[in-house]
Amino acid sequence: MIPLSAYTAVSAVLFTTGLLGVLVRRNFIIVLMSVEMMLNAANINLVAFSHYLESMSGQLVALFVIAIAAGEAAVGLAIIIVVFRGKISTNVDEMNLLKW
Amino acid sequence: MVLVFFAYFALVSIAAGVLVVALRHPVHCALALLALLLHVSGLFILLNAEFLWAVQVIVYVGAILVLYLFVLMLMNLKTDERYFHPSALYFVGPAILGAVYVLYLLLQSPFDGAKGTAPPSVVLQDGDTYAVGITMFSDHILQFEIVGIFLLGAIIGAIVLAKTPKALDPEKERR
Repeated sequence: MIPLSAYTAVSAVLFTTGLLGVLVRRNFIIVLMSVEMMLNAANINLVAFSHYLESMSGQLVALFVIAIAAGEAAVGLAIIIVVFRGKISTNVDEMNLLKW
Repeated sequence: MVLVFFAYFALVSIAAGVLVVALRHPVHCALALLALLLHVSGLFILLNAEFLWAVQVIVYVGAILVLYLFVLMLMNLKTDERYFHPSALYFVGPAILGAVYVLYLLLQSPFDGAKGTAPPSVVLQDGDTYAVGITMFSDHILQFEIVGIFLLGAIIGAIVLAKTPKALDPEKERR
């Protein structure tokens, strides 16, 4: 039987890696991918606690998190397309204008 | 046997996560993210969450990741980015020590709490999908509706943002 703390450890490592990616990478799309990774780490935690504490609510919340991630990806990629159309690169350091 | 599968899924998902952050080419990063998502869905199977496994494969791998790859191919990115600011190296040692300590604390903790009403034997009787459906449409109906409204807003926002803009008004341009 795998202890619950093993799942939380995997989740913590993945979340930290994703956080590092958000902080370190400069490409906007890879920053968004790292955010997806952090959401997935949270999902592992939710499902693991749902299994070990014998309640369905954790899986439900994980399902909602997936829906939110889908919306976030759609809007984020739309913003990237708009920014890229304005001939600004996808480097997050160069995106410092709120109007164009 | 379960332990072997858990070790495989956990190690490969962590390795893929590191690759997502470390690889240089964005398409390679997207493929590493694909491996990560599939192995995380394997962890869901080990936790008796078949419905979430299916949703993960269909929504994450089938929809979100394809959207990412589509935008990557569309924009044909040539990135030549620098990863680390040189001063970041000063934080590597303390960061590793802190991470090991946090992992040690996590593995020590028993993580006990009040048990809910869905032990695995009850869930497996009718299947995970049945249990998720019953819970969603009885206890969590409000969140379900809120997510519906949220997705509608996201669709409208994405369409409005990505729409081709009209040519600028020449009058306005002159001013």
